[in-house]
Amino acid sequence: MKLPIYMDYHATTPVDPRVLEAMLPYFTQHFGNPASRNHAFGWEAEEAVETARKQVADLIGATAKEIIFTSGATEANNLAIKGAAEMYREKGNHVITCVTEHKAVIDTCKKLEKQGARVTYLPVQKDGRISLDELRAAITDKTILITIMTANNEIGVLQPVAEIGAIAKEKGILFHTDAVQAAGKVPFNVNEVKADLVSMSAHKMYGPKGVGALYVRRRNPRVLLAEQINGGGHERGMRSGTLNVPGIVGFGKAAELARTGMADESQRLRGLRDRLNEKLHKNLDEIYVNGSMEHRLPHSLNISFAYVEGESLLMGINDVAVSSGSACTSASLEPSYVLKALGAGDDLAHSSIRFGLGRWTTDEEVDYVVEKLTTVVRRLREMSPLYEMVKEGVDLTKMQWVAH
Amino acid sequence: MAYSDKVIDHYENPRNVGSLPKDDANVGTGLVGAPECGDVMKLQVKVNPETGVIDDAKFKTFGCGSAIASSSLATEWLKGKTVEQALAIKNTDIVAELSLPPVKIHCSVLAEDAIKAAIADYKKKQSETKGEGAVAGEHAQPNA
Repeated sequence: MKLPIYMDYHATTPVDPRVLEAMLPYFTQHFGNPASRNHAFGWEAEEAVETARKQVADLIGATAKEIIFTSGATEANNLAIKGAAEMYREKGNHVITCVTEHKAVIDTCKKLEKQGARVTYLPVQKDGRISLDELRAAITDKTILITIMTANNEIGVLQPVAEIGAIAKEKGILFHTDAVQAAGKVPFNVNEVKADLVSMSAHKMYGPKGVGALYVRRRNPRVLLAEQINGGGHERGMRSGTLNVPGIVGFGKAAELARTGMADESQRLRGLRDRLNEKLHKNLDEIYVNGSMEHRLPHSLNISFAYVEGESLLMGINDVAVSSGSACTSASLEPSYVLKALGAGDDLAHSSIRFGLGRWTTDEEVDYVVEKLTTVVRRLREMSPLYEMVKEGVDLTKMQWVAH
Repeated sequence: MAYSDKVIDHYENPRNVGSLPKDDANVGTGLVGAPECGDVMKLQVKVNPETGVIDDAKFKTFGCGSAIASSSLATEWLKGKTVEQALAIKNTDIVAELSLPPVKIHCSVLAEDAIKAAIADYKKKQSETKGEGAVAGEHAQPNA
């Protein structure tokens, strides 16, 4: 077992050696520009791109023509939301999204608001999912887009996307879903979900950073987007710029490996994740899973360790790479807005740790992390004035704190 | 973020973790911060009433590595100082000693607040036993 242990697969993933192998020839040997229509260098690059396009499409049940390559999911989210808002502005200017979306969606929606659009940010229930009734109630005759992520990056919770897609279809509204954390990890089919736009990222599925894709539906309905990057009309006029051929080839290979290995891998990871969860619960009291356990990515876990602050926890398990919702770990000193939306309270947001397991996680690593965490949590609780007060019978919710 | 060696040292080997008896007339308790902010420090001093010297100091902190280090350092500095010398400890001293980056300066401020709150509590207790009435001091109160 190698230290440090990586258990932050939601943040990024290592490139699978098979993916790297597929990419390498496209740096130095087959280095052509796929837009070079007149010679073999261009043709072979184009062929490689089209193969990858099909591999990515197959992952989500789409056709190759419906895949647009981008520089990543942030760009894909921007293109989907801004592109749709611009293209359909005659139809309306209302967008519905959710408070727990990734910043790439939230900040894009805020930009639209500055430009005069109206955006509804649906709250989530304690389990982290939106209420379908609240979604219906939010729809107006000016609504042109619903954008709700398939799986949340912080808490791993799965939204009811098939039901959301059905509602959107019924009302004739476009449905975009940020599937970055879900694609390649759980089965996802654009027709079952009735999604019109889907964002994906290579580096979340053992592919390289710097490449992503946006699925844009071509039939029932044919979705149009106003391009956000101009300059040559590449990718069916939706995204100009020379294609990142090696990155795209890698993305395709990663998608293929994810699709073919998904059933076995998700089962293995679910077992490891459940092992981590059960052992932690056995060793420690007053720990809480954030968000639904039932509707969750198989490899994801987010736990708050009451009375212990997240950053000090991370310092104690310094040979394990995970992340925390604590304010102290963020550059902005604000606690995780996703955890706040669950209604847990800022103190539990400060005490949370996110675990993302992945392709190379082992039983041994899980057991090591459990032992390490148990020791550190116990030590920090001995040092915690909050734990002391609770043991003395003080009701912390009734305390009047002197904040500064 | 990179921690200074001193912060790591205080985190791995915190000085003076624990509690002094709250009801002891010569113990001052300061409880500052709030769980919602991610920082709560309890700092206690035991003062020799004749000499005015702090004989013992203990702390417990809910907070990041820098917060723990700031409060641990505070207890180290407090031992052996008089009450008035303790009040002269500035957060900037703590920042310098621990090489705290700008984003962690507020941890040192909270430690300074904790020192002042503990001393104020001690002084309040002293004046109450002497019957002079309460000395103003701001610190967290549990509702009775």
